[in-house]
Amino acid sequence: MEFLYYFGDVFTPINFGLLLLGTIGGLILGATPGLSPTMAVALLIPFTFQLQAAQGLILLGAAYTSTVAGGAVSAILLKIPGAPANIATTLDGHTMAQKGEGAKALQLSFLASAIGGVFGVLLLIFLTPVLAQWALAFGPSHLFWLAILGVTVIGSLDSKSVVKGLLSGCIGLWLATIGFDDIMGAQRFIFHPALGGGINIIAALIGLFAIPQVITMFAKGRKGDGAEVLTVQKHPISSAFRELFRNKRALSIGTAIGSIIGLIPGVGGQIAGLVAYDQSKKFSPEREKFGTGHPEGVIAAESANNAMVGPSLVPLLTLSIPGSPTAAVLLGGLLIHGIFPGTDLFDNHPDVAWTFINSMLIGQVLMCIFGLYVAGLAAKVAQVPQSVMAAVVLGLAVFGSYSVQSSMGDVYVMASLGVMMYFLERFGFSAAPLVLGLILGPIAEANFIQGSMIANATDGLGPYFLGGTLNIFLISVVIASILYSAYMELRKRRYTSKEEILG
Amino acid sequence: MTTLPRFQHMIGSGIVAAVGVWVTYISYTATPSEAFLFPRLIATVFVVLALWTFAKACLGWTKVGNGITPTQVKNLAPGLIVALVYIFWAAKALGFYTATAIAFFILLSLYDPAPHGQLKSWLKRLAITAVFMAVMYGLFAKLLTVYTPREIFF
Repeated sequence: MEFLYYFGDVFTPINFGLLLLGTIGGLILGATPGLSPTMAVALLIPFTFQLQAAQGLILLGAAYTSTVAGGAVSAILLKIPGAPANIATTLDGHTMAQKGEGAKALQLSFLASAIGGVFGVLLLIFLTPVLAQWALAFGPSHLFWLAILGVTVIGSLDSKSVVKGLLSGCIGLWLATIGFDDIMGAQRFIFHPALGGGINIIAALIGLFAIPQVITMFAKGRKGDGAEVLTVQKHPISSAFRELFRNKRALSIGTAIGSIIGLIPGVGGQIAGLVAYDQSKKFSPEREKFGTGHPEGVIAAESANNAMVGPSLVPLLTLSIPGSPTAAVLLGGLLIHGIFPGTDLFDNHPDVAWTFINSMLIGQVLMCIFGLYVAGLAAKVAQVPQSVMAAVVLGLAVFGSYSVQSSMGDVYVMASLGVMMYFLERFGFSAAPLVLGLILGPIAEANFIQGSMIANATDGLGPYFLGGTLNIFLISVVIASILYSAYMELRKRRYTSKEEILG
Repeated sequence: MTTLPRFQHMIGSGIVAAVGVWVTYISYTATPSEAFLFPRLIATVFVVLALWTFAKACLGWTKVGNGITPTQVKNLAPGLIVALVYIFWAAKALGFYTATAIAFFILLSLYDPAPHGQLKSWLKRLAITAVFMAVMYGLFAKLLTVYTPREIFF
């Protein structure tokens, strides 16, 4: 119950002000199509440099939570999901809005998001300290395998092609080795002076997530989105509460599925929303109404995508393994303040850890309250033309990456990685495993070198890295995640081929 | 199934494979070899996966990735050129704020669906640029006190 001790810290004027700013800003950013939660959080990181660690994390955590929820506004009113996590919300949410029930859909979406989100954060509160203590038993070989696990799980589960996902992870791990070697001081792969200090993680994150999106907007040309905001009639909030509790089944299924999926590294909000929608439909006596503007569909999808936010941070805060691209960006936000997740965070900086986690709990409630009021404004922002969004994001990316170390080298690295990532994405590679490789590369290398030294003085490399129950367990999970993804990829391909033959 | 021509896949995966071979060569030949122990480990997996991907592309077995259509190239080329000139030359040579204002206005003019023949739409673009620059100046110069390159202008 240590978290209760730090609960009051959330309510200091500056912390609460940042929480409000992050929540309202996140709702508006989330409603903007093309601005994913990861990209929004990455663009916000430069603004946290001058803040204390806890304050910076409050801002980033609030933005993360509310961008996921804010995406429902454009999903419901424009039929354009603000983020991939809101895809399932469009199925019934937009139909409800077309039937004149836009306000009801928005209210249900924010209420379900808040309930799912609070449950998810409570899981984070109670699971994190237990796992953080368990992590104390980890030696260099286990931490090395955990870092590799982080890259391979996201590489295989988050990508359409297992081989390309793993290759993206390898590219990230290689990029992490650029610069001076920590032990020998040797130069590695420095083919441009801008790379002398290695690749700055924040500049890289901004480039890898923001620039491909900017180029994608360019590629659409001068045409407008053609999306029209549906008008919202007034709807009593008490009636939305009653509707929500009438649909307890969908709410429970969404919250449970979102929480479980959030704990699995690499499986994002999009999967959580779609799986929860599908399962609610299967268990509903009114399953034929799904897709025709049925409130259960909105409740299941939105409770799931917000319930996964808290649990997705469990592997990050306990084992330093970001479970999602957004968690990887949050790790960057921690590292710039010299704080390492895991036992260091909970033993040496409990104020930072618990103020951040508590702020996410309060943030869920604020997101629900303000979501209902900001929805109209957010929908207007969602109509901002792509031309303006592309130019704004480009400007923010340039200024943000420069402000990290006041270095033009970081801006060049940001732009080069961003352009490279756009083209790699066109050929089926993905940014998430590359980012994970870049972030976990130094952790993997430091533990590999440390482990090699211990191994040379004891049993040798093979028994040290491949022996022991925990090592074998971690290696088995790495292999299982790759084999499972390969099997699913082959199965999907076979299914597609049959469909094509029949069609 | 991908509709991307085999040639585009061959170029894309060929470049990745070439980088993989280069990284492997450096990792196994550069000195001191102890400093390249971890890169050697990564490079070995990297080059195997990259050559596998390249071989699949050459055989036409690639299933993932939509590639780039000629229309997309035509659409993105002007914006990408403006962005690259802005980042790699103008920001340093003209000063951050001047270069950003010019690049922002050009990008807006290139991609704004509003007609180019109307004075009203040009005034709107100018107003959006001015507001954006005021916000950027307030955020970065005043709030975060970031000293950006000023060079010949500002």
